[in-house]
Amino acid sequence: MKAFTYERASTAEAAARAAAENPGAKYIAGGTNLLDLMKLEIETPQHLIDVNGTGLDKIAATPEGGLRIGALVRNTDLAANETVRRDYGLLSRALVAGASGQLRNKATTAGNLLQRTRCPYFYDPNQPCNKRLAGSGCSAIGGVTRQLGVIGTSDACIATHPSDMAVAMRALDAEIETVKSDGATRSIPIADFHRLPGDAPHIETALEDGEFITAVVLPKPIGGKQIYRKVRDRASYAFALVSIAAVVQPDGRGRVAVGGVAPKPWRLEAADAELSNGARATSGILLEGARPTDDNRFKIDLVERTLGAVIAEARG
Amino acid sequence: MQFDTPATTNPIDRMKVVGKPIHRIDGQLKTTGRAKYAYEWHDADVAYAYGYGYPVGSAIAKGRITSMDTSAAKAAPGVLAVVTTLDVGDLKKGQFNTANLFGGTQIQHYHQAIAVVVAETFEEARSAASLIKVDYAEEKGVFDLETAAEKAVKPDESQQPDSAAGDFDAAFRAAPVTLDARYATPDQSHAMMEPHASIAAWNGDEVTLWTSSQMIDWWRGDFAQTLGIDKEKVHLMSPFIGGGFGGKLFLRVDAVLAAFGAKACGRPVKVALPRPFIANNTTHRPATLQRIRIGAQRDGKITAIGHESWSGNLPDGSLETAVMQTRLLYAGENRMTAMRLAALDLPEGNAMRAPGEAPGLMALEIAVDEMAEKLGIDPIAFRIINDTQVDPENPERPFSHRDLIGCLKLGAERFGWHARKAPAARREGNWMIGLGVAAAFRNNLVLPSGARVRLDGDGIVTVETDMTDIGTGSYTIIAQTAAEMMGVGIDRVAVQLGDSRFPVSAGSGGQFGANSSTSGVYAACIKLREAVARKLGFNSVDVIFEDGSVRSGNRTVPLAEAAGADGLVGEDTMTWGDLTETHQQSTFGGHFVEVGVDVATGETRIRRMLAVCAAGRILNPITARSQMIGAMTMGAGGALSEELAVDTRRGFFVNHDLAGYEVPVHADIPHQEVIFMDETDPYSSPMKAKGVGELGLCGVAAAIANAIYNATGVRVRDYPITLDKLIGGLPDVA
Repeated sequence: MKAFTYERASTAEAAARAAAENPGAKYIAGGTNLLDLMKLEIETPQHLIDVNGTGLDKIAATPEGGLRIGALVRNTDLAANETVRRDYGLLSRALVAGASGQLRNKATTAGNLLQRTRCPYFYDPNQPCNKRLAGSGCSAIGGVTRQLGVIGTSDACIATHPSDMAVAMRALDAEIETVKSDGATRSIPIADFHRLPGDAPHIETALEDGEFITAVVLPKPIGGKQIYRKVRDRASYAFALVSIAAVVQPDGRGRVAVGGVAPKPWRLEAADAELSNGARATSGILLEGARPTDDNRFKIDLVERTLGAVIAEARG
Repeated sequence: MQFDTPATTNPIDRMKVVGKPIHRIDGQLKTTGRAKYAYEWHDADVAYAYGYGYPVGSAIAKGRITSMDTSAAKAAPGVLAVVTTLDVGDLKKGQFNTANLFGGTQIQHYHQAIAVVVAETFEEARSAASLIKVDYAEEKGVFDLETAAEKAVKPDESQQPDSAAGDFDAAFRAAPVTLDARYATPDQSHAMMEPHASIAAWNGDEVTLWTSSQMIDWWRGDFAQTLGIDKEKVHLMSPFIGGGFGGKLFLRVDAVLAAFGAKACGRPVKVALPRPFIANNTTHRPATLQRIRIGAQRDGKITAIGHESWSGNLPDGSLETAVMQTRLLYAGENRMTAMRLAALDLPEGNAMRAPGEAPGLMALEIAVDEMAEKLGIDPIAFRIINDTQVDPENPERPFSHRDLIGCLKLGAERFGWHARKAPAARREGNWMIGLGVAAAFRNNLVLPSGARVRLDGDGIVTVETDMTDIGTGSYTIIAQTAAEMMGVGIDRVAVQLGDSRFPVSAGSGGQFGANSSTSGVYAACIKLREAVARKLGFNSVDVIFEDGSVRSGNRTVPLAEAAGADGLVGEDTMTWGDLTETHQQSTFGGHFVEVGVDVATGETRIRRMLAVCAAGRILNPITARSQMIGAMTMGAGGALSEELAVDTRRGFFVNHDLAGYEVPVHADIPHQEVIFMDETDPYSSPMKAKGVGELGLCGVAAAIANAIYNATGVRVRDYPITLDKLIGGLPDVA
């Protein structure tokens, strides 16, 4: 860990201003991922802006009938929120499928979106990694890739985004609200929030330098059966090999987002349209053009099988 | 004392303290955080500041270092000293080490230690460590066992690579029912909770080392040899150990770096290995490729059994002895085993809990299940048909005591084995349910073990031995042994372990610790009893030690009074005659597992586990059960998730942390039950006990594999049995 300076920001605007004044600064909230990365010197911020005092820890109804989730709402609190459990069960189920009780107590909504990949080559500073050090190469390609991505990847990076929460939010069409250092605010659809790696895998989101997440907004509830199915080697405390976030309406139509397969929560509206035609049709479109490795080719089959189980559960 | 004839009735048979379910006597120290582990140790009487050492590991797997630039690290805030592998030059390797731990230019494996940075704080040391610049001349290495196995060689005879009896080839050819199958087990990591950690403090030319070691005397000798000092100059202490599983049998580099760091900065220095070092810097259980051939008559009698294994290691490294149990477990007149060693440039392979038997049974006990199915015989019945009461390679050698059949029969009854159905025949919702069984087998090893037992004027018995407690319960069973021998309650016994000033013990490994070390205490107590009797003028033959007193005829003297103000001491070492040669001493068990496999995803979740063990006298059913359920948990990991993933291009274990190397979590472990057969083995020791710590692991993974087969009809012979190996054979769900 490199030495860093530290300040506390008391408002979102102040946090964004502080970031503008300190190039290379990082926000810290729960710190469940950032601190690990700093210890390994994968992240080496010279300045940390502690945003825990910005008061963004509320969950409130929106005038449109949706829900605004403050950036600092802890994963545990979000999962347990009565409205979330009633109207957005998918989100609650995804949250409790992730991490451990201790981590969920600390981890925040915004931090969860911004967590970085668990690709083992990213985590080993001796190995080339375009995400860790732009232009250094990808040592994962041709290496141990069982956990890694099968679609949306590039020749520069095959890492996945590890979040469970974000997969549910993608299925729920969440929007991410931000503020910039000049006070300007905007709302980014989650579909546009995480970037595909292309030739610049170190740039992971649509956020500009210093842009600060204030909230995640869910549209009004859409009902339906909401199922989050996470598939992993051990029963808890493991990242998804594949996860399915699905909302299935009584008529069989619905939405599906997939985790564990891509650099972002993976959802295609064209695949949603096939949902009533079953898992094979849906996953065929979802994973069209996939580029698996020999180690992770099974994920193609696994998505279809898991989705099949999810659809059956929704109908049952 | 030499144990060279089978035990007859002795004071242990009273079983007033030994054999009782006594909670571990060090438990409260641990639950209240007062048990000091190596890295936490500090001597409150000495006013000094520690230096914090942080290691630097090689970034390449093979080659040599051409230069190192430490200037930036030395100039970093708080840095007290930087010691590099070039600074210390070539060091003499420890007797028990295969890979060089430190010193010189050669790199033999990834994360080999190449420097230690010592600073005022841990954070400063870690930060400065990343500033060291290293230039390497990288060499091409061999990292893939499958490729290397083609050039594997027969190691020297000391490793007992081959065995044969009868005419295997002819018998196998002639057998009406045969199996010829190949199996694979992966590299595995000890993944113990407490990383390797040491504090070294020099006083002139003497060094004190607080460390985390299973084997005090081995470490002491190799530490001295590596530093080039006299063994007598080393005082080593390891009173509490947060798990070892074989990973702390042999000197590790944290001790060496702490010693060099302390020398360089003139302060005591503490070094803990960062988690990634556990996989790539220390030892691991080597992967194996195995071939098993079994030929049998239609009535199930085995006529030919052959087991071959290939494993890899650094040059001069040892085999993973995966065929050893096959030489002993089942009858059959015609037999062969063979082990071959491939040269690999991965980190050193070495002992991990039940070395040999653990991976060997992972394969053999699937093969037996497969063979039973081919024969149309229940797998338990098949094992019973082929039971043997003698060493099948040397039929004149009987087993000292063998009750595998009893374990399997009792287990079948308790587990409800009769409910087992044909493969893929039982469903509960999305779960395919299956039952599996495997035999457990592990030899009972014994090592010389010494102890000193003091009796003081308060009647307190204090045991001193360099035996270690790696979480196993050594403190408790040693206290029970001394209490039984001296006729006092366990509350009158104090136990001090893990200090090189104490008599050399067996140490902890190979499941030899419990039986060997308590036998050493037994021997020392015999000496102390003689001293008490002698002092009181009693004839030691008819003296009875009971209820805190010593009695002879009508005369009874409290032990405290007998000891007097000066106290009395007994010291001895238990050594072993040839009973392990004349009689095959082993431990036995049956593992029973019920699994559910998700029909869509192929996820396997264990539902029930039962182990029935025949392992001689159980010294303490609580600590023994704890050993068993811990081992069964490790077996679950071995079956379902644990694998050090090798990058065969770059030569290292990629998943080198506890997120990537998946050991079971609580949610993976369901109801576990353990039954110990009520038995003694008078050939094993005066304790009539044998080990259980490794037996508990042996066969577990195969029982799970067999249960998965029973659930799904998919036979996987390549561990771990992850869902990607199953889903291709599961029913269509889409």
